[in-house]
Amino acid sequence: MNHSIFMYILVSFLTSYCIRVLPLTLIRKPITNRFSKSFLYYVPYVTLAVMTFPAMVQATDSQIAGIASLCVGIVLVYFDQGLPVVACACCMTVFLLEFFFV
Amino acid sequence: MNKKEFTQGFKDGIPIGLGYFAVSFALGIAMKNAGLNWIDGFFMSLCNLASAGEYAGTQVILASGSYFEMILMTLIANARYMLMSCSLSQKLSPETKTVHRLCIGYAITDELFALAISRKDYLNPLYFYGAMAASVLPWAIGTSCGIILGNILPSIIVSALSVALYGMFLAIIIPPSKKNHTILFIVLISFISSYLCTILPGIRSLSSGTRIILLTVIIASIASIVKPVKEEDL
Repeated sequence: MNHSIFMYILVSFLTSYCIRVLPLTLIRKPITNRFSKSFLYYVPYVTLAVMTFPAMVQATDSQIAGIASLCVGIVLVYFDQGLPVVACACCMTVFLLEFFFV
Repeated sequence: MNKKEFTQGFKDGIPIGLGYFAVSFALGIAMKNAGLNWIDGFFMSLCNLASAGEYAGTQVILASGSYFEMILMTLIANARYMLMSCSLSQKLSPETKTVHRLCIGYAITDELFALAISRKDYLNPLYFYGAMAASVLPWAIGTSCGIILGNILPSIIVSALSVALYGMFLAIIIPPSKKNHTILFIVLISFISSYLCTILPGIRSLSSGTRIILLTVIIASIASIVKPVKEEDL
């Protein structure tokens, strides 16, 4: 069978769109079951935490820069800095460390 | 009110857009190797809005795999969005119209989802559209640029930009951890088990998308049984 890139893109689009839209359109009422409620409440934190570490440390060319950037991020958030400040500071940390030391 | 929400969303979406540009640039390089031109790459990214999912899809194209394989790979790499979509359904007011649900659903990504759940009260669709406006096009354009420009951008810049998204995640998970010790504990457990999963034989060979789903389901289930949320936490 001859595959076209257009069809590949269409197929992947339909798959990823359905996955995302079905729960959002079908679940319309607040969920009352305590387990489901707790589960959905915890999901975001677990997912984001799992995605952050160790991926953040492995994303950079030098692992040390990645670890430093993770620490800078945690400290800044702990002292109530906002999202853009934290994101920029993490990038700058990596850039400066890799530029001067590695 | 709505205009303010849109502007706020756009502002919060700018760092995401910058991060997306860098990540999709790298993705573009992979697509170029699979034979996609800059227009293909643009639409691939615009339609899928998923780094791991698109990368998996690109591998299928590279191998001239079947459409069924394409569905399966996309499904596995993006399955976590289904969980996020369930979670986000609770963050929308029950009155939210279907058309808004269809549009918001399109852009459930790790980062935009994170932004959405960090909002107080119900999510205003306009806020989400603002964030989408700042981030969806950079994602698609970044892919095209990656395909066209290849390896021109110095690697030190790509390396620095690659942590932007994680910095954002920290800004979302840490503030609630300060107030709620259960969340702090869950975050630490997640860090540790996620790290273990990258070194343990067997588990480490699973794709990162699959690992994320497994860990999310297991850890969130245990937490819900051991420490079910009280009404006042929600």
